[in-house]
Amino acid sequence: MLAESLALSAVLFSIGAIGVLTRRNAIVIFMCVELMLNAVNLTFVALSKVYGVAGQVFVVFVMTVAAAEAAVGLAIIIAIFRHKQTVNLENINLLKG
Amino acid sequence: MPNFFYQFNFYLFGLIAIASAIAFVTRKSPVAAALWLVNTMFCLAALYVMLDAQFIGVIQVLVYAGAIMVVFLFVVMLLNLGQPTEIADIRGKWGKLAAAFLGLALLAQVAALAGKRLPEPFIPGTGYNAETVRDLGAVGSVAQPLFNEYLLAFELTSILLLVAILGAVVIGRRRRIDAR
Repeated sequence: MLAESLALSAVLFSIGAIGVLTRRNAIVIFMCVELMLNAVNLTFVALSKVYGVAGQVFVVFVMTVAAAEAAVGLAIIIAIFRHKQTVNLENINLLKG
Repeated sequence: MPNFFYQFNFYLFGLIAIASAIAFVTRKSPVAAALWLVNTMFCLAALYVMLDAQFIGVIQVLVYAGAIMVVFLFVVMLLNLGQPTEIADIRGKWGKLAAAFLGLALLAQVAALAGKRLPEPFIPGTGYNAETVRDLGAVGSVAQPLFNEYLLAFELTSILLLVAILGAVVIGRRRRIDAR
């Protein structure tokens, strides 16, 4: 089932990338990034069945980084919302100069 | 060779995962999107279990579906973003075109790679063996490399989490504390 897993992972990654490009809500974009990380995790797990259990260890690390990213990213979103009263990326142009 | 029941369940969960992911990307309300993403993660957890990664499947449910998504939903609730009216939907025509192009390009790459063979060093050797899992159990077989070869990375992870917690608290607090 290796080929099917890799194909599923690629499809999920593509859907996540499309979501990042098409959505304007910052929180939903964060969730799309989580979906892409999940797709990569599926690749790791599928390949760990062939190459050894180290792939599952990497999945643990990816999950830790995803948790840290979610905490910091959502704190940034809350800070921006206090400043701008919106999470719509069209209205957030703080770095535009 | 996997039997029919295994294959049927594998395809079933895979298709549910893809359908949930598409529903997740197309929902306007962030709460509905988050719940569809949780559904995708549950399906992925089932697939992890079917791929002999039981421990990863469990922490997928506990950490991803249980902790990270709850944080997302808490933020949606805190900022009062539940109403779909004030949430802008899909970007304009060019955004859709760019997204469609990128999605097709990624899928074309996948299709192109599907015909290739793995280079010689990457041909699977011994690798995963069922005896390790039988001896150490599902958790032990992950813990064995985690606390031996990857011990330094594991310890650095704790520093990463500490920094993330401090960063979240510092960024998320109100400015009034500074002004006082």
